[in-house]
Amino acid sequence: MERLQFKKVLLILLMLVILFVLLTITNLFASGYIKRIVIGLGINIILVVSLNLSNGFTGVFSLGHIGFMAIGAYTSAVLTLPILLKTVNLPNLFPWLGNLEMSFLPAALIGGFVSMIIALLVGLPLLRLNGSYISVATMGFLVIVRVILINWDTVTRGARTFSGVPSYTTIWNVWIWVVLTTYVVWQLKNSSFGRQTMAMRDNEIAAQSLGINKLRVRLLAFCLSAFFTGIAGALWAHFIMSFSPNSFYFTKAFSVITMLIVGGLGSISGSVVGSVAITILSEVLRNLERSFNLGFIHIPPLYGASQVIMAVIFILILVFKPNGISNGKEINFLKITKGPFLSRKQKEVF
Amino acid sequence: MTSFEFLLQQGINAISIGSLYALMAIGLAMVFGILRLINFAHGDLIMVGSYTTVLLMGAGVSFEWAAIAGIAASTITGLVMERVTYRPLRGAPEVAMLLTSFAVTIFLENLAIILFRPTSRPFFLPGLLNPVLEFGHLYISGLNIIAIIISVILLVFLTLFVTRTEAGISMRAASQDLVAARLMGINVNYVIATAFAIGSFLAGVVGILWSARVGKIDPLMGFYPVLKAFVASVIGGLGSIPGAVLGGYTLGILEILLQGFLPPALTSFRDAFVFIILIILLIFRPNGILGSSERDKI
Amino acid sequence: MQMLKLEQVKVYYGHVQVLKGLSLEVEKGELVSLLGANGAGKSTTLMTISGILHPTSGHIYYEGQDISQLDAKDIVRLGIIHCPEGRRIFGGLTVLENLRMGAVCRKDKSRFQIDLDEIYSLFPILRERRKQMSSTLSGGEQQMLAIGRALIAQPHLLMLDEPSLGLAPIIVQGIFKVIRQLHEKGITILLVEQNARQALTVADRCYVMETGNIVLNGSSTELGANPEIEKIYLGQAPEAGKL
Repeated sequence: MERLQFKKVLLILLMLVILFVLLTITNLFASGYIKRIVIGLGINIILVVSLNLSNGFTGVFSLGHIGFMAIGAYTSAVLTLPILLKTVNLPNLFPWLGNLEMSFLPAALIGGFVSMIIALLVGLPLLRLNGSYISVATMGFLVIVRVILINWDTVTRGARTFSGVPSYTTIWNVWIWVVLTTYVVWQLKNSSFGRQTMAMRDNEIAAQSLGINKLRVRLLAFCLSAFFTGIAGALWAHFIMSFSPNSFYFTKAFSVITMLIVGGLGSISGSVVGSVAITILSEVLRNLERSFNLGFIHIPPLYGASQVIMAVIFILILVFKPNGISNGKEINFLKITKGPFLSRKQKEVF
Repeated sequence: MTSFEFLLQQGINAISIGSLYALMAIGLAMVFGILRLINFAHGDLIMVGSYTTVLLMGAGVSFEWAAIAGIAASTITGLVMERVTYRPLRGAPEVAMLLTSFAVTIFLENLAIILFRPTSRPFFLPGLLNPVLEFGHLYISGLNIIAIIISVILLVFLTLFVTRTEAGISMRAASQDLVAARLMGINVNYVIATAFAIGSFLAGVVGILWSARVGKIDPLMGFYPVLKAFVASVIGGLGSIPGAVLGGYTLGILEILLQGFLPPALTSFRDAFVFIILIILLIFRPNGILGSSERDKI
Repeated sequence: MQMLKLEQVKVYYGHVQVLKGLSLEVEKGELVSLLGANGAGKSTTLMTISGILHPTSGHIYYEGQDISQLDAKDIVRLGIIHCPEGRRIFGGLTVLENLRMGAVCRKDKSRFQIDLDEIYSLFPILRERRKQMSSTLSGGEQQMLAIGRALIAQPHLLMLDEPSLGLAPIIVQGIFKVIRQLHEKGITILLVEQNARQALTVADRCYVMETGNIVLNGSSTELGANPEIEKIYLGQAPEAGKL
């Protein structure tokens, strides 16, 4: 047993070292384009891993998590926006806010915490629901967030682009958060809390009869995942530097969910793999949307083509490999955890 | 215009919109009842039908035939959707089905964007079908009356279908207890296909009426209608056909009331309100306003 | 010839193996009862025969034909009718509509009214309540409706799953009287019951199941006298009708 522990720790250290080396090489030698992809990938991993905490572990399939990303992004952006820009772009901002200009880390953390608090408020009524009802309700949350963002224009500039966000996101701070998020979620999964969530996911009634408090477990997972999603939002805001409420709507939500499903619900390593796969695929497909020449045939830009293809891939995965690349389990050597959740073997007959 | 005339006009408006919501909600209810699937792609059937109609009219086809073709296109699309994406997923957990319906929505919407550009196109209704009826100071759009008449006719036929025909009764049976229905030898594939066919047909009809009302079409036009249809379904009790009808008209009336009495500053929040109503319903009355507040029984 | 024969049938429910190599036979005209405690796999056995579940290995033969992988609707059309546990009538449909559903699988619909009258003579209360919503019926009436609905389907092999479940003793007597009548008419019946006492009064032969397998079988008289059964199933079985 001790040897296994030792081996595991060694393995993790090895992976971290490899990651460090890869990131250093990328930072020093890679083109700006590649660097941007690596940063984007890191943010996606944070989004997917934190979504897995809520959707994959507790069976609460939230469709509105991007709402938390938006909250984190806007909060951090408003807090860090240089005062000069604030007077120009957000002239009617509350005076205490208008004179505030924070540095990145506190702003991002506040963004995460605001998301978490809102998650608490939203989760208290919603997380009592079940199945599809929760999903639709969280979708409602996303719509409501968007409506608020569009209408609260003293703070958010409404539907107009929010620009001028200082560029604080680097490869390093993104990936430090990636490691942090993955670590936290991993630890949770393998703790007694993690076991409780899995128990609840698989057989709610049995779990409750064992004294597991459904609402509390769900709420904890939901809020924590909202925190990290908010952080990801902040990181994203300072990466892309200008955005609008449309950046945080169903397109983004679907993209993150695709990564989650492709990777496999309930599997953290699956989430990482899924994010990598879909991020790269998206890039490739995005190039398809530019017009290009196929010999003497000129193919015009096909806006929306990447979405169509992603949708097809998504459906194919759900039909043929519903537990994703990872099959719902953690990949290879590490502890094999709870098996397939989306299994379609002979189930609910009675 | 007297306040009575105003009320009458708004009342007709409300019933007309309510009819459209009701017809949409029935399609959702039928499918949910049997499969426990919330088919978000149902909204895109509106889009498919409308685009077919507009394209055919653009090619010189008369309105009546273009409309019939549009409705047929919706119906066929619905059936294909069922056969290709939902049938392979039978038995999958609810979440997987819900996500799939999203994927289908995204597929159809983006396909339309590729084929037709994201900008909207006008939808022309021949003047004959949209007279403006004058009663003194009262102006009533003929379209509203037509929508109401068509809806009532369809509802009558539908009621006869589900109460008098074997196929209709089988559908009700299947939505109450799918296993027991199978044990009676009911061909579940046929029943599900029928539910999709009827629902899609209704969506096609709604498509024409809705586009005529709004005056234009665009690839994303199905999003809000299906959302509202869903809210209507929940109001009446998900899965229940009479509930869908009740919910549809209730929502129509509610919407007109909100429109009339909401302070102008808040009208842009109207969509959020729809969802807030939905969420409140889901929390307190998940089985509809007539149903119990019990959630899943063991 | 055996009408129904199960050979080494193994069935999984999710990841759990419920039937572990089950074999049994039913001859034409017999009333065979399948006994056992809760969770033994009796309902699963019926569900597998009727095609809702499918065996992962083993075979099910009906009049010589292998029906193991057939779909439920085809099995119903062969004449195997399963009246499920808990009645499972269509609560939102009227009594008459429920009975109409029983006739869905029949090729010959012209005799429906005649057969309906026969059901009404067997269960007069159903005629009285025919326009009523079936969810408003009492437990015993619902059971009669379930059996009536199964009978309208013109079964060659009728499978009844726990017809006495949740019913008062006097109603149970009535139900079993009907079962006896059906047996006398020559319908082959496979009866699953937790109430072993009642089952032994009507069955020709019984199988006793325990966790996915047959552990005892024999004629009712043999088993009735068997102390094993006395101990396990009659001594500890709940009184008829109480749960």
